[in-house]
Amino acid sequence: MKFNAMTAVAAVMLAVPGVASAGPDDDKLIINGETEIVTKAPLPAHMEDLNMDMIMSGWHFRSDETQVLEMDDFDNPGMVFVEIAQEQWDTVEGSEGKSCASCHEGPESMTGVRAVYPKWNEDAGEVRTLAMQINACREENMGAEPYEYTGGQMANMEALIALQSRGMPVNVAIDGPAKETWEKGKEIYYTRYGQLELSCANCHEDNYGNMIRADHLSQGQVNGFPTYRLKNTKLNTVHGRFKGCVRDTRAETFTPGGEEFVALELYVASRGNGLSVEGPSVRN
Amino acid sequence: MAKGVRPRVKVPKSADAGEVIVIKTLISHKMESGQRKDSDGNTIPRSIINRFTCEFNGQSVVEVKMEPAISTNPYFEFEAQVPEAGEFKFTWYDDDGDVYEDVKAVSVG
Repeated sequence: MKFNAMTAVAAVMLAVPGVASAGPDDDKLIINGETEIVTKAPLPAHMEDLNMDMIMSGWHFRSDETQVLEMDDFDNPGMVFVEIAQEQWDTVEGSEGKSCASCHEGPESMTGVRAVYPKWNEDAGEVRTLAMQINACREENMGAEPYEYTGGQMANMEALIALQSRGMPVNVAIDGPAKETWEKGKEIYYTRYGQLELSCANCHEDNYGNMIRADHLSQGQVNGFPTYRLKNTKLNTVHGRFKGCVRDTRAETFTPGGEEFVALELYVASRGNGLSVEGPSVRN
Repeated sequence: MAKGVRPRVKVPKSADAGEVIVIKTLISHKMESGQRKDSDGNTIPRSIINRFTCEFNGQSVVEVKMEPAISTNPYFEFEAQVPEAGEFKFTWYDDDGDVYEDVKAVSVG
């Protein structure tokens, strides 16, 4: 009896610091003192029967020091890459003698684009990610070499395009012709992979807010991509992150740009419908 | 000249006389430490920004000596008192002899 009481007290004492440090915070994200970012939103309709309260940007799961880097564009290290992307945008490449600017003029013409990708492309008869669309444009319209799917130039260009939609709500379509791909992505999300037998959902749905060793698990939202990570001091693409995450389950990963990750990106993006586009975001 | 080097500075356009303002500076630079080797095993030569200075109307505000352990795109944030209208002059010195400069004017009142 006495022993039980003492272990109960000990358990409470041990548990309290953990509870105090875990869990997302309630900070507000306003960039440059003007752009309000929706970082918490109600569950999208397709998630309503899940045991979750709301959807949350990964920003809430990072330390105050990391969070503040995203609140001012001068402090956001990702903006250096946006400037490089602006040069890429204006550079003539390929056999057609065109740059992005030749057809699209300024990058402002891309406003709203990031929010709706991945998206069904009727002509191609497939769901295309933003990266696929960029490369299709380079190959078909510019006659240029495609960017490496998760490479630096691609990440830069995605950041420039995402920035135009910053603050707008993510709104990817999951019905109609995209439904089949979305269902496939959902299946991948809930499938356990690797020697550790972990699915995306095991960490990012069942355990967000908890610590996985030293790491604070987020909901795995992709609204903030491409993401500048302090650990590798560069912009990271969605598929690059997926690959790292699957690798961490000790599995053979899917190919970045392959149909599995495209489907997964559509499904994961749809789990963030309602959050603001945040890229380029800053994470650790 | 090292590739992709561009200085950036954020200074308020105006201030009250005697006000302390926050200055943020960032220069994109690869800051190659000289410790790394390329895929053939050859040492990649050191190439860093080794000195950074800020002057206000010719008077030194801050001077920084940098060493190879400083990471890419060095960022400095500091405070300075603005006694009168004038110009902040920022200078970065590269290992290869290049000098990068930026100037920002501040009005008072």
